[in-house]
Amino acid sequence: MTQPMSAMQQTMSAKQHAASQLPLKGLTVLEFSQYLAGPYAGLRLADLGARVIKIERPGSGDACRSLATKDLWVDGDSLLFHTINRNKESFCADLKSPHDLNAVRQLLAQADVMTHNFRPGVMEKIGLDYTSVKALNPQIIYGEVSGYGNEGPWVHKPGQDLLAQAVSGVGWLSGNRKQGPVPLGLAIADMLCGTHLAQGILAALVRRQRARKNGGAVVGAKVQASLLESMVDFQFEGLTTYLNNDRQLPDRSAIANAHAFLGAPYGIYQTKDHWIAISMGPLGPLAEALGCPAINKNDSEAFSQRDAIKTDLAKHLRTQTTDHWMTRLNAAAIWASEVVDYDQLLDHPAFKAVAMELQVSRPSQNGETSLTVNTTRCPLRINGQRFTSHKAAPRLGEDTDHIRNTLLANSTTAHSSQGETAQ
Amino acid sequence: MTQTHKPLDGLLVLDFSQFLSGPSAALRLADLGARVIKIERPERGEDGRNLYLSDCVLEGESTLFHAINRDKESYCVDLKNPAQRDDLNALIRKADILIANFRPGVMQRLGLDYDHVKAINPHIIYGEISGYGNTGPWADRPGQDLLLQALSGLTWLSGSRDDGPVAMGVPVADIFTGAQLVQGILAAAFAREFTGEGSLVQISMLEAMVDFQFEPLTIALQDPQQTIERAAVNGAHALVAGAYGFYKTNDGYIALSMGRVEDLARLLDCPALLPYCDPALAFAERDAIKQILADHLPSQTTAHWLSLLEPADIWCAEVLDWNQLLAHDGFKTLDMLQSLPMSGGSQLTTSRCPIRIDDQFLWGSHPAPKLGQHQGAINNEIKNER
Repeated sequence: MTQPMSAMQQTMSAKQHAASQLPLKGLTVLEFSQYLAGPYAGLRLADLGARVIKIERPGSGDACRSLATKDLWVDGDSLLFHTINRNKESFCADLKSPHDLNAVRQLLAQADVMTHNFRPGVMEKIGLDYTSVKALNPQIIYGEVSGYGNEGPWVHKPGQDLLAQAVSGVGWLSGNRKQGPVPLGLAIADMLCGTHLAQGILAALVRRQRARKNGGAVVGAKVQASLLESMVDFQFEGLTTYLNNDRQLPDRSAIANAHAFLGAPYGIYQTKDHWIAISMGPLGPLAEALGCPAINKNDSEAFSQRDAIKTDLAKHLRTQTTDHWMTRLNAAAIWASEVVDYDQLLDHPAFKAVAMELQVSRPSQNGETSLTVNTTRCPLRINGQRFTSHKAAPRLGEDTDHIRNTLLANSTTAHSSQGETAQ
Repeated sequence: MTQTHKPLDGLLVLDFSQFLSGPSAALRLADLGARVIKIERPERGEDGRNLYLSDCVLEGESTLFHAINRDKESYCVDLKNPAQRDDLNALIRKADILIANFRPGVMQRLGLDYDHVKAINPHIIYGEISGYGNTGPWADRPGQDLLLQALSGLTWLSGSRDDGPVAMGVPVADIFTGAQLVQGILAAAFAREFTGEGSLVQISMLEAMVDFQFEPLTIALQDPQQTIERAAVNGAHALVAGAYGFYKTNDGYIALSMGRVEDLARLLDCPALLPYCDPALAFAERDAIKQILADHLPSQTTAHWLSLLEPADIWCAEVLDWNQLLAHDGFKTLDMLQSLPMSGGSQLTTSRCPIRIDDQFLWGSHPAPKLGQHQGAINNEIKNER
């Protein structure tokens, strides 16, 4: 049996697709996810051309709307929410109301993809678990994010980034030996997990589309990722070494650690005026370039003697400026660089050259002015094109009426959304 | 365990890339079902074959290389040999995806840049990783992970205020860039089903590291008056208020996530926190809050503190090392490890793909190939198609 393509997909000709330059043009994604992991996947799908509709609870919406870092807000929503949710739409639905749930089911019947990050069991209770949604739309790609998988003793542990870092062991890879575990200073578990979710969703979309074209069995998919599995994958290099090396735990170098499994000189060192990063490479040429005979050791000792070598190197590098050392290292084609902070980065021609800055905007609530957010774009380029939609994150329920009048208009059970849009 | 149909079954990837960023992207495509052939130079092969972690060797080979290149085939090409060049062109004609991560200009000199490859196979999706983009003052710098961390501002986010720059001790720029490239390649593969045309998909490690830092960078771009500064004590995330961090206890470490200081003061019996309970103080006074907790928590065991916090739904966790993680039922239930048979009879143990599809894990089956291991078989395939 062949299934009907979604409404958007049917109207999409190959020619239009090619002209759009947006590879996912025509796809509709319903995003029930909140905070970062799931919405980051949605952001990338939106960047690549999908129409992403956030399904949000009336009144408060995605909890990230009220989670501000550094108390920064734009037009009533946290700057953080704006960062993660630009280029999306918002549809309000109370999943506990049969009326709203019905509307959501009708949207699901037309959607290509949905994502959620509710704790295990919640979607079953609402009746929007994969089996139920698949019954509405057998070709849907159903994406699900959890903290630690769907069973076992951590199922009810909060799926929060720092906690996933804590149990994953990643804290023992950064910082120096005498320090305790050092967290990575970004929400890395969330971001990797969102990326893995998007990879799985995209692979399932490729499978579905190839089947449509080749006349195979057209199937949707359930795609799952968890913060912990993503953190394990992130550490796969070191973990594989540990697993095949008598389970010797990573041992950070006493100074200038930048990778617990790599020998000297790999690390960041203080100079007379700033800092310098020195990557991997043979010790002899480095000793010569820096005029530092103390580190002219056999490379077979680079790992076993890394503390002694790094200590000598650190003492030597403190005697001159970063510029002085960089001139010598560059001349010898040794992998090294200065260490840049945000002030230096944002003004640097190398940062301007990648053109990552993006300004997005939306009309203010009274419609009189336009609010802008300066943020960064999608890091990918396809056929030389950067993805630079200027659409800001939606106000809560901004698109509820429009979606009811369009995607839900032909349905006999669609109702007016009076009273259910943004509060 | 029987292998079910994987989503990218039937797609062929030619992996010209080296080290980690590109090869990790190809590994993900392999896990998702694609057939991946590493194209390597004769004799020496990919440079990653000679890169070791902790001097760790398994059957004479780098465990690192095995981790990154399992479930791929190896085919050697001497690009200066016209006959081999013809064979490579035949492979390019069959391929769906190509991945390269040489410095700008190298693939061009080899006659393997997108325009050349597209002329051979207009349907191919050509994924390209650079260090810093193809223009600008950093374009010719080495795209090495630590240098990307140093040049992207990333080193000022981990650790505490007075630590100086702190590297993330995992090659995050390589891994994150490779993961982003996979998204671009798959999006282009999806579009190809409509257009019939391939695409050039590009990313630089610098662009990926900017995206990785989109939260703090958006603050810096939106409000240049803001400073992004790590906490002075127990730093964990420069933007987050309150206790957020890892703390030493009597017998280990505990992670405290976001939550009300008031709850911590009460549940941990820590009256010194009481002056800081106003949520409006949580960011401005985070150093004081963290110092009080850093002084207070060593008095009891991690289990003791967890027994007070977890029943009250405070977000917290024990900080584990890999031994503790692997012994934990929470890890075992994920079935995250796989053992692949090496030719010499030993087993390579590694982690599996983190993505599940249709309730199935995506298992691998082979360790990394020996250099040129699939030469004969692939040559036969090429011959048969001529």
